[in-house]
Amino acid sequence: MAIKLDKVDVVVVGTGWAGGIPSAELAKKGYKVVALERGRDHDHSDFVGSKDELRYASRYEIMTDNSISTVTARGTLDEEAFPLRTQSENFEGNNVGGSSVHWSGVTQRGRKFDLQARSITIDKYGEDKIPADMNLQDMGITYEELEPYFDQFEKTAGTSGEDDPMGPPRSDSYPTGPMRPSYPVKLFKEAASKLGYHPIMIPSANLSEQYENPDGETINACQYCSFCMMYGCDFGAKSDPVATVIRTAKKTGNYEIRTESYARRVIHKDGKASGVLYVDMRTGMEYEQPADVVVLAGYTISNTHLMLLSEIGKPYDPKTGEGVIGKNSAGLASPGGSATGFFEDKKFNLFMGSGSLGGTFSDLDSDNIDNSDLGFIGGGICEIRQRGSGPIGSNPVPQGTPRWGKEFKEKSLHYANRMLSVGFMSPSFGWKFNYMDLDPNYTDMFNDPLLRITHSVTEQDKKFSEYFSARAEEIMKEMGADIIEKGNPPQEWRHTQGYGETSGGVIMGDDPKTSAVNNYSQVWDMDNLFVIGASALPHKIPQQTGTLGALAYRAAEGIDKYLSDGSGLLVEKKSNAIKA
Amino acid sequence: MSDQKKQEKKNEDNQPEQESRRRFLKNSGLVAGGIVGGGLLGSFIGNPFTKDITTSNKDERPKKEFTETRMFFTRFEDFFVLEAAVERIYPEDGNGPGAIGLGVPYFIDKQLAGPYGSNKFDYMKGPVQEVKVASSYQTLMSRGEVFIEGIRKLNAESLRSQDAKFYDLEGEQQDEILKAMEAGEIGLRGVKGPTFFNLLRQMTIEGAYADPLYGGNKNMMGWKMKEHPGIRPGYSDLIEEEKFQIIERMSLKDYQG
Repeated sequence: MAIKLDKVDVVVVGTGWAGGIPSAELAKKGYKVVALERGRDHDHSDFVGSKDELRYASRYEIMTDNSISTVTARGTLDEEAFPLRTQSENFEGNNVGGSSVHWSGVTQRGRKFDLQARSITIDKYGEDKIPADMNLQDMGITYEELEPYFDQFEKTAGTSGEDDPMGPPRSDSYPTGPMRPSYPVKLFKEAASKLGYHPIMIPSANLSEQYENPDGETINACQYCSFCMMYGCDFGAKSDPVATVIRTAKKTGNYEIRTESYARRVIHKDGKASGVLYVDMRTGMEYEQPADVVVLAGYTISNTHLMLLSEIGKPYDPKTGEGVIGKNSAGLASPGGSATGFFEDKKFNLFMGSGSLGGTFSDLDSDNIDNSDLGFIGGGICEIRQRGSGPIGSNPVPQGTPRWGKEFKEKSLHYANRMLSVGFMSPSFGWKFNYMDLDPNYTDMFNDPLLRITHSVTEQDKKFSEYFSARAEEIMKEMGADIIEKGNPPQEWRHTQGYGETSGGVIMGDDPKTSAVNNYSQVWDMDNLFVIGASALPHKIPQQTGTLGALAYRAAEGIDKYLSDGSGLLVEKKSNAIKA
Repeated sequence: MSDQKKQEKKNEDNQPEQESRRRFLKNSGLVAGGIVGGGLLGSFIGNPFTKDITTSNKDERPKKEFTETRMFFTRFEDFFVLEAAVERIYPEDGNGPGAIGLGVPYFIDKQLAGPYGSNKFDYMKGPVQEVKVASSYQTLMSRGEVFIEGIRKLNAESLRSQDAKFYDLEGEQQDEILKAMEAGEIGLRGVKGPTFFNLLRQMTIEGAYADPLYGGNKNMMGWKMKEHPGIRPGYSDLIEEEKFQIIERMSLKDYQG
């Protein structure tokens, strides 16, 4: 039997951006907040001197333990799903700070289109533009309404960037200036400008200068050391929750993190959540943490898994299109569009860099592209990145080179510092047949069913990829590459999950028939339960962390409102009569 | 061409050591098939590696790499097959050392002896299904067990098709067997051939380029060949340079002190 603990105001599952932001905001206001973190404790001292590619990038040092739980995967409804057993097939961030600790730091804002994809598409092109099986939905909030929260998130993170002439409108400039461009980024910007685009430096959480945020937390200046994505920052120069909101929350004295505490259920009765059931992984003991408000702020996968296991909300049924939990899983095979270039007469310092060092332009993003004559919806955000290549992970060879042996060695050494690639970050839409549910065959460490992901690639994805690979090829040509390889459209999902790119499952909208949460991340069917994170996105948006941060600030405001003004739904339900 | 000549010369230089290892194998009785008798102790008499042992109180012995000793593989023969296989995947050439010279076999041995080799962080519940995604790890065998099975099947295939041990074949013959393993043409028990081969290939690359602390990338020579400086504190002063920078290599040992 679970041991029942003393009640607190708010219990939050997760300590990444999604959990850390409301924890800090509510603890600052005096609420007692308890956070449950399945992983270990983590702070900056864990990352000092941690420049070890094998340990962090190849062996997934700070990622989840699949022996506790993983996901199963299949392409279509009639297939049997199989478990993704290894961390190279399925991973997400573990430990305090969650995936935000190992993220690259790209801090783009969602676009107007991303928040109102359905109505904007219909306004511009008519309803016929939307493919029959696409679950294209609005989030029930506009860019203008969300703008102050983007601004708030960027100020907490100290985001380094420059104004984007083609980007969505901003109420203020970035808190710190852009990162410094490396040679490949300069080449990219010159080439993109020549082609008529408006390139800028990627907005970055690897900061260009030391910065003190409004909560008084200091983030250091990036050293371009290359141990960034997949690592915690050696220098405290990456804005993550450990450097910012977790620290802020702890200072209040109202915040407690319980590590190695694995949440298994939201406990609820008569439409109200009463707490969270969790296991202390060191002892196997079960505890019940009661609270007035329960917040699920795990990753897409765990938020959806917990909702299904707790039997809250109606599970999505891909045959009828009814139900909401598990709906619109996306981002698993983002179509993108890319080109790779090999240079014979240039060598680049590719061993330098940082997660979000790079150039970008928005000229072809979802707000700016004209899809009238294109066989797909949405646009891409162009990127060149210089993350800093690890010698294990980076063995670039032109197509047709053997995978091993003399020729492989020769060419992978020759091209190690001569390969660049340009790509487009794409939206990935929700489809009637792509969804998450509980697996009928495989179970986790506690014998609960694993989450099952069903995902297949669509014609829209292939056309998107073809179009944007052609654009990337033009840029690479202009950059002067000797061998150019255009990216191939995805043919099927590779049955892997990772890099924080998966979204959906507990999606946001204004109609409870088609969405699980309202624009405060409040569950329609259970008003004292808030589910925050990329699980809220009805389609995966390119570089989603900035939007996730904004939604978390809005959720924090909603929870405060809920706790102080008396209970109830914070947003009025609408009925949009969208075909299910 | 001169590179190739140099290469041949180097290979010749390596001959005596390789020969002596094989002699050791024969002398030890391991090859004779079960007639091990007193085991290794008895075989030491004929072991050329023992000749430097002295009983002096002063340590005058030549410096040894004490960490280059097996902690996972139990059979000499398995380790010799492993050495031969990784050297074909990442051969010595004009650029520098191959997998053996970089310490890759010992890197793999150490990795298999640890949590990675026993799949500590992986989902290992059954049942295992036939899946169409070739890259997926679908077996309940640990990586260590996969290696033992795969390595022995390489040797068994060599004996079957060439009537010789894998490590006694010519390089091209070894490649043929490795290709057959990569293509799934050699049957393994409990795991698919390509799963073993992909692991062998991946761990060879890891051993060539991981920080030397793990036993591979000897003297940071893998990094040198790739013109990668390894573990530098940062490049804030150089990030905007257009010229390619040759920077002195540093390891985690240098960095952590």
